[in-house]
Amino acid sequence: MKTSRLDGTIVLNLVTAVFILVALYLALIQSPAPANVDTETQRYAQRIIYFHIPHAWVGFLAFLVTFVGSVLYLWKGERRWDILALSSVEVGVAFITATIITGSIWAKPAWNTWWTWDPRLTTSTITWLIYISYLMLRSALDDPARRARFAAVYGIVGFISVPITFFAIRWWRTIHPVLFDASNMGLSPNMRFPFFFSLAAFTLLYLVILIQRVRVEHLADQVARLKASLTSIK
Amino acid sequence: MTFLRQVVTIVHKDITAELRTKEMFSSMFVFALLSVVIFNFAFELRVADAATIAPGVLWISVTFAGMLGLNRSFVLEKDQGCLDGLLLAPVDRSAIYFGKMLGNFLFITVVEAIILPIFSALFNVNLIQPWVLAVMLLGTLGFSGVGTLFSAMTVHTRAREVLLPILLFPVVVPALIAAVKLTAGLLDGRALADMTNWMQLLIAFDIIFIAVSYMTFDYVVEE
Repeated sequence: MKTSRLDGTIVLNLVTAVFILVALYLALIQSPAPANVDTETQRYAQRIIYFHIPHAWVGFLAFLVTFVGSVLYLWKGERRWDILALSSVEVGVAFITATIITGSIWAKPAWNTWWTWDPRLTTSTITWLIYISYLMLRSALDDPARRARFAAVYGIVGFISVPITFFAIRWWRTIHPVLFDASNMGLSPNMRFPFFFSLAAFTLLYLVILIQRVRVEHLADQVARLKASLTSIK
Repeated sequence: MTFLRQVVTIVHKDITAELRTKEMFSSMFVFALLSVVIFNFAFELRVADAATIAPGVLWISVTFAGMLGLNRSFVLEKDQGCLDGLLLAPVDRSAIYFGKMLGNFLFITVVEAIILPIFSALFNVNLIQPWVLAVMLLGTLGFSGVGTLFSAMTVHTRAREVLLPILLFPVVVPALIAAVKLTAGLLDGRALADMTNWMQLLIAFDIIFIAVSYMTFDYVVEE
């Protein structure tokens, strides 16, 4: 089986690249400086929301995809759902790591501390730990069928615990800015376009990386099959 | 055999095995006691009033000790080939889950029953109150509910004893938070009516995770 290097995903890759560049321009240059902050550092730091929130959104979206992939794997038992779940965890962990780091960079000028045990920070950290554990569980199992089944079970249980953790921690005092609530949006109207553009751009980036990661896993399967067939000929 | 009889039979088997070796119970009890003593040394110099840290220390000791028990829960089954026997037996797979879960719950509860009076004396707090005991039972139920599921998984992994806490702790965080908050509130003399949200959270955790573990256990023991 030969796969051409120029396939359907090239279009998506190029579109995503353009989107990311435009999002960078909008976030760093075009979007207005916030009005309600005191110092210059805070004014610059505020622009991190165009990256921080899209990363958080993509991270949790990725774990939702893993949850769906895990359920489908247990239901259908097809390897491709396991590949989807695994690939999405890896991308999600990378994005949540970026979320925690960008949040920390913003927190220093805004809250004057790198870290605080706020609900969202704590939930993100625990979620991050759950999916690191997911990857550790996979690496500790040798039998592929068992690895896929156990990972799917953990992908389901872990995902269900995330909202419960969030509510548990929310009943502590929170200082994290709530951007969106039912009545009012924390962004001024001329910040909304760059923000949502950025959100779309990073979601596309997630899709691109996910598709490539899924392909790598399929190729690895193919290599394993070829190796097995070679040894059986010998 | 009815479902309930099947569950009771498995619990009975675990209790009989445990009474012969007392392996799980003694290691859990000694470990819990050791952690209480070590926490006492570790905090005493900095903390003015030991009662303020008592709920946290209690729950950490209990969950760490419970982890030891959960680790052993499926190790004996697997190493002696008993797990295959259980799976071949004409019982429902979920009966195996509930049997093992109740067994673990029971062992941890017995350890708690002995550790609580000792803890009360060492930290000079009164933990023998009906609602504190209820919180202990609910917290332990949720912990052993998910713990049994994960223990059945980690027994098949390389370095199995190491992996169980790594899988289990991030998932039981909400139950731990609720249990510590409730224990602390009750020790401070607050009315339970002020803390119904924590109680609801703890009960919801137990129901949700026991249900999910029950639904996914089949896939874990499947060969």
